[in-house]
Amino acid sequence: MSDAAHAHDDHGHHAHPTGIMRWLTTTNHKDIGSLYLWFSLIMLFTAGSMALLIRSELFEPGMQLMHPDFFNQLTTMHGLIMIFGVIMPAFTGFANWQVPLMIGAPDMAFPRMNNWSFWLLPVAGIMLLGSFWLPGGAVAGGWTMYPPLFIQGGVSYDLTILAVHIMGLSSIMGSINIITTILNMRAPGLTLMKMPMFVWTWLITAYLLIATMPVLAGAVTMLLTDRNFGTHFFNAAGGGDPVMFQHIFWFFGHPEVYILILPAFGIVSQIIPTFSRKPLFGYASMVYATASIAILSFTVWAHHMFAVGMPVAAQLFFMFSTMLIAVPTGVKVFNWVATMWKGSLTFETPMLFAIAFVCLFTIGGFSGLVLAMAPVDIQLQDTYYVVAHFHYVLVSGALFSIFAGIYYWLPKWTGHMYNETLGKTHFWLSVIGMNIVFFPMHFLGLAGMPRRIPDYALQFTEFNQIATVGAFIFGFSQLIFLVLVLKTIKGGAKASDQVWEGAQGLEWTVPSPAPYHTFETAPVVK
Amino acid sequence: MSLAQTDKYYLPQPSLWPIIGSVALLTMAVGGVMAMHEINHGLWVLLAGVAVLFFMMFGWFGEVIRDSEAGRYNKQVDSSYRWSMSWFIFSEVMFFAAFFGALFYTRVLSVPWLGESDTMQQLWPTFKAAWPTAGPGLTADGLKFTPMEAWGIPAINTLLLLSSGVTVTWAHWGLKKNNRMQLILGLGMTVTLGVVFLCLQAYEYHHAYTQMGLTLGAGVYGATFFMLTGFHGFHVLVGTTMLIVMLLRSIAGHFTAEHHFAFEAVSWYWHFVDVVWVLLFILVYWLI
Repeated sequence: MSDAAHAHDDHGHHAHPTGIMRWLTTTNHKDIGSLYLWFSLIMLFTAGSMALLIRSELFEPGMQLMHPDFFNQLTTMHGLIMIFGVIMPAFTGFANWQVPLMIGAPDMAFPRMNNWSFWLLPVAGIMLLGSFWLPGGAVAGGWTMYPPLFIQGGVSYDLTILAVHIMGLSSIMGSINIITTILNMRAPGLTLMKMPMFVWTWLITAYLLIATMPVLAGAVTMLLTDRNFGTHFFNAAGGGDPVMFQHIFWFFGHPEVYILILPAFGIVSQIIPTFSRKPLFGYASMVYATASIAILSFTVWAHHMFAVGMPVAAQLFFMFSTMLIAVPTGVKVFNWVATMWKGSLTFETPMLFAIAFVCLFTIGGFSGLVLAMAPVDIQLQDTYYVVAHFHYVLVSGALFSIFAGIYYWLPKWTGHMYNETLGKTHFWLSVIGMNIVFFPMHFLGLAGMPRRIPDYALQFTEFNQIATVGAFIFGFSQLIFLVLVLKTIKGGAKASDQVWEGAQGLEWTVPSPAPYHTFETAPVVK
Repeated sequence: MSLAQTDKYYLPQPSLWPIIGSVALLTMAVGGVMAMHEINHGLWVLLAGVAVLFFMMFGWFGEVIRDSEAGRYNKQVDSSYRWSMSWFIFSEVMFFAAFFGALFYTRVLSVPWLGESDTMQQLWPTFKAAWPTAGPGLTADGLKFTPMEAWGIPAINTLLLLSSGVTVTWAHWGLKKNNRMQLILGLGMTVTLGVVFLCLQAYEYHHAYTQMGLTLGAGVYGATFFMLTGFHGFHVLVGTTMLIVMLLRSIAGHFTAEHHFAFEAVSWYWHFVDVVWVLLFILVYWLI
């Protein structure tokens, strides 16, 4: 351990519990960051297995492997877990590890609350996964929880509602912690407009979470009372409206989409300059673009609902506001490309994933623009085109950025370099596998194959078989990632403090591996 | 703000309280679901979870209070608490926004739609799509209710809560002048006003259920009325509890004129609850 680690204060850091108690009681941002990331990885394999079951059933038309209701349970839980159990915890894990290191803070602002934010997630996980074994099985109403279907389900539906409450609690506490850390604990001299982009994107993401998670809590509370306490929020016989749920849900749901992608933008904005050996092009415009996306995200929610019925004026408004988001997003994509322009580029695994992110996320962005057009969307609503769209954004977008970030910072966290050959193998198998799964889905959707259906018409067979083969390639290549991470933790070439030649920022000034306590005395940033 | 060796940001020791809180919430959720589905002992499991949660809050907040009284929180920690309380209140605003949104959406859009189309005319020819309503189906089934009148108990409650905003500020002035008596008196009056408010609201609910046919099940009017005022009432209950803790701490000699953010946080929360009430009074009770 370095000198920095010995400089502890009197009520200090000695006598840490060991074993399981260390992880249950920890108040250290690095421990908690690791917990988040491991939780996310376990859930990735859990929800990924569900995806493989779904793809297996869809390999051929007709019913082969499972009861249709179990298929619906799988699609619902796959969605809920991937969003709330994989992508969000992974980004929060990055925030825990990196935000204090990048702003020169000794830890998060509220270390005990930080622990609770994490340890609520396994609670929600137990409730969600446990419901598979309850009478009636897990929820099968889709991750969006639309009434009236969601009001008619059994005991697991209530359990899921409460799990969503608990995950919301975790997100709100986590976000308050992150936002406070960023606003109050930056090293002297680190002004807002000098912050690394990753910190900026998390500041804005935390704001979005605090603004929208309570709205989701309100929506599912109404579901709960409609189910159990006789209210009529979503029942027209009582003067309510089932479509109202969709409005409230998507008021949360659309900002949630940006919650899932803004930290990805941040990670990529750290990686591309490092491996281009140039500062980020258009830093200020990146900040403003991120903020614009966040503000606009509150005005676009009903583009998820073009087919349910809405006044034409509202359809037009939501169509144009949605297209407007392409402007700041375009600013970002062009800035990343301009950062690489005339840079001296090298292609280590983090950079490969970052470049794949820029290309493939842009495809997802474009199909999003197609879906933004109300007349087109009425054709494509609830088809595989939508599935293709959001998997390009969430798999090759959010998930790839998470891989990129892991490869980028793993040497700092473990003190060892990962195996570059394994990393590149993981990258190529992932990027090829991912495109084999999801690209044909565009064609399936355009041809009219509906989503969330365990059976389909014969003419969709070939593309479905291609997608299923791709899914198994993509799914099993993630085992390479698991092996790589375990090997890197156990050993490997010693990483230097700087790790990457072109890396800039405070996190590279501390030793590799980063000592248990860093920046107990704040560094000064000029 | 270069931090001297003696002025470090306080980093707490590893703590068991969060995981106890997680166990509490898991027990509460499982118990709650059991109770809702009338599975044996569900209520007891729920209450056991609540008990563990209270135990956790006593322990955790007690630790924070001891840390604070031991002077471990410097200016920067104090500033963290200020930021976090502001953001927490913002999250509460958004929670209420969801229910106010439901109120506006039904009142302004979806209830009028129920009276517009030909299908509706065919299905429910006698239904008048005007607020307040229990909806076409329930009305046809013979459900009748009287909407809540603003100028009775609700107006008195408005007066009570607005006065309590004044008394809590007066208590704060006392604290800042080191006038302990004014602090305790002001807090005592605020707590009393909060308790009277809650008693009157309980009476109002009882009256609504027994005399007016106004229940949680009275269509979308009943649902929005009880969920909005009910969540507000719950917040008053939490606020009053926090004020009582502040009162006990004031009597125990905690807080100084310079260092008393816990008190300020509670008063921020109390003012927030106050503002929500004013909105409720105008939009739910008054403008029917």
